[in-house]
Amino acid sequence: MTMPAAGVAVPAAAAPNPGGGAGVVRLPNFAATAGWPSPVNDKQFNSFLLFDLLEFTRAPNFEAARWDIVGWYGGDIERAWVKTEGRYNAARRVGDTDLQLLYGRLISPFVDFQAGIRYEQQLSRTNTRGRSFAVVGVQGLVPYGAELEAAVFVSQNGDVSARATVAQNILLTQRLILLPRFEFNAAIQRAARYEVGAGLNDIEIGVRLRYEIRREFAPYIGVSWLRSFGQTATLRRAEGEDQSIFQVVTGIRMWF
Amino acid sequence: MPITLSVPGAAIPSMVRRDLLRVAGATGLLMGLTGSAPTYAQTPAAGAPGLASIGGSPIDLVIEKVAFAVDGRIGSAVAMNRTVPGPVIRLREGEDAVLRVTNRLEETSSIHWHGLILPPGMDGVPGVSFAGIRPGETFVYRFPVRQSGTYWCHSHSGGQELLGLYAPLIIDPAGPEPFRYTRDHVVMLSDWSFEPPEQLLAHMKSLPSYYNYQQRTVSEFFRDARRDGLGAAVSNRLDWGRMLMDPTDISDLTGDTYRFLMNGLAVADNWTGLFRPGEAVRLRFIDAGAMTVFDVRIPDLKMTVVQVHGQNVKPVEVDELRIAPGETYDVIVRPGNRAYTVFAEASDRSGHARGTLAPRPGMSAAVPPRRPRPTRTMADMGMDMSGMAMGGGAMGADAMAGAPPAAAGHGGMAMPAGNAMPMPGAIPGPGLPGGPPVAHGPDTHGVGSSSVAMVERSRLDEPGLGLGGDGWRVLTYADLRSVAPQPDQREPGRAVELHLTGNMERYMWSFDGKKYSEAPDAVRFRYGERIRMVLVNDTMMEHPIHLHGMWMELENGGGPNQPRLHTVLVKPSERLTVAITADEPGRWAMHCHLLLHMEMGMFRVVEVA
Repeated sequence: MTMPAAGVAVPAAAAPNPGGGAGVVRLPNFAATAGWPSPVNDKQFNSFLLFDLLEFTRAPNFEAARWDIVGWYGGDIERAWVKTEGRYNAARRVGDTDLQLLYGRLISPFVDFQAGIRYEQQLSRTNTRGRSFAVVGVQGLVPYGAELEAAVFVSQNGDVSARATVAQNILLTQRLILLPRFEFNAAIQRAARYEVGAGLNDIEIGVRLRYEIRREFAPYIGVSWLRSFGQTATLRRAEGEDQSIFQVVTGIRMWF
Repeated sequence: MPITLSVPGAAIPSMVRRDLLRVAGATGLLMGLTGSAPTYAQTPAAGAPGLASIGGSPIDLVIEKVAFAVDGRIGSAVAMNRTVPGPVIRLREGEDAVLRVTNRLEETSSIHWHGLILPPGMDGVPGVSFAGIRPGETFVYRFPVRQSGTYWCHSHSGGQELLGLYAPLIIDPAGPEPFRYTRDHVVMLSDWSFEPPEQLLAHMKSLPSYYNYQQRTVSEFFRDARRDGLGAAVSNRLDWGRMLMDPTDISDLTGDTYRFLMNGLAVADNWTGLFRPGEAVRLRFIDAGAMTVFDVRIPDLKMTVVQVHGQNVKPVEVDELRIAPGETYDVIVRPGNRAYTVFAEASDRSGHARGTLAPRPGMSAAVPPRRPRPTRTMADMGMDMSGMAMGGGAMGADAMAGAPPAAAGHGGMAMPAGNAMPMPGAIPGPGLPGGPPVAHGPDTHGVGSSSVAMVERSRLDEPGLGLGGDGWRVLTYADLRSVAPQPDQREPGRAVELHLTGNMERYMWSFDGKKYSEAPDAVRFRYGERIRMVLVNDTMMEHPIHLHGMWMELENGGGPNQPRLHTVLVKPSERLTVAITADEPGRWAMHCHLLLHMEMGMFRVVEVA
């Protein structure tokens, strides 16, 4: 057997040792691993950006937009999260936005622990005001498949509040998907400047029906009912808001 | 997205453009659409064995990007000698093989000889056997050929195998074979996606059910409620919902993105293997799919299985067999004077590959409809308690974890499960078919594992999910008996237990809950020892586990004639054992042959010293 032609790169480790018979321990490739690549790439970072809600409502004297966007970047266990949600009523020129930057860590197979900061800005007819929070929360799947997002916020003034969202996909067909969604906000202290009373602030119940043209792109229609309670309702009424708002929404759910 | 799984998406080189033009110029002609399918696979097939193969010494193989046409659409493939699959490589037992592999890609490449017993430096796994073949470099593989039968080879670098870098490898035996045939066809099954591998992976990381368009819907609930009763349908949904598992999660990548190929040809291109009526035809089935388990049958023809993974087995006549990525099965068929469809359904029934055996070119037979998608069962979930030797009937998880092992000799269950360390004292017995089930240990393998098989049991005598209910015989692992007794008849003196684990929601795959990067230390075998490897599948998917460099003797009740395998498909919640003679010193890869699972960390190095 002739050795192949010149110009052939034969690494040292490639020198075959066909003679290694029984009882002969060859040590062919234990050492020369410096500079070798990893055999697999299981540590790569990934990213995800989901426009979970991006919707509009139009009615007499009422023209509003709403968004709920969440994204992450990182590995399998640790991820950096960004979340933003908000509403804007163009007819009444009021709204609020909310931005969170979080560190997340997978603490059980289906649940991330998240901690970080949140900045909230509220726009009313008279002024714009903002406040910062520390955030601790969890996000993931709970038994029976619902998606849960729950967080506790401590504001710069020491006010403690909480928010939780539960949503569940129900497949009517492989592409037509019904999404009931429930959200509530609550606070321990009254923060009148931000239209927040002590106790349960509001709940929102929505049902959205989307059609996944592609997994990443799904137009939807839905209904949403927002109800304020207690001191919060009183504060909001003072700002001209209804205690109960029913909307028909049209939107797009998409991700990248 | 910073995923470096694949070939760089560079501009198409000029020589490939020529191919594009050639294909485009043949618009509407079947031959044009076959693109870079190898000559042995083109329709009509050449028929006689060895015709379009590459043999002799040395054998020159060139890796490069080519245009590849599937279903009239042109994609970019990574090919060996410009075809997908590459040429049939023919070696001869007893000779020295010399294979010169030239890499004309812009990234490192490699060729691994799947199932071959050879020196570790020749095994072709970058990072384990060698550094890989750099762009422009030629690597000379040289090894003595110590076996015969049907094998194959493929890239072990990133996503190259997903892009077509695989080829059949046939080793002609030095002596006669214990069966006769007059005609020989390779039937290489594979899966092709026009999406680049990094995109497939990104979809898995974002939404693991991305390609599953066979999920359970509301209407299926009502159908089940009518059929099984409302209570049963509700209770079934609650069971799966509580576990956060999807009973339709059978394949990660499905017919939604895949075209399934037979010898590089899509369904419409109808690969045809010719024969003369009355001939005994040997079919060498190879699953080169990156992510697809196939169920193969030839309606109206019995298949006599004569070799498995290149090894002679006592003939078994079956109607259907399941073949997992990495596996090879050789069967003999005796077709009459008519055409027969070779039908290879993806195990999730989302698509199929198809070809024809025919006495003349241009013939075809009826293509059977695909069967409905099956759903996973409580046994897959590891919740099938039947046969558990437990008093009372309190079957909570805590009770089970603390329960004594159901069989003597399973004392290993008391140890922290999934520790790849030697177990002191008595070692676990073989996982024989019909053997008693075993309770999972208390270790649930951390966040990388979203489930454990609370009840682990041998499932070697089961044909597999979705099989066995059609009124015909399906091959099982329990059917296999080696023709020759295995050379090493020692009882294993030590056991290593590995649990196959994953978190589907995050698309994390691992052994014992740890990805390769989290457990880079080798699993150590002592040179010369006889070892029992216990594989427990804690996930709800099948995993074909491939050990490089050494045979795994499947402890299936065959005693001295238990079969030896290079790749073993482990069913969900199955506990099986293989005996290994650690007589090949060096570092060897062991991994799941679903390539995205491997790439995501279901990989280990085994070191024999």
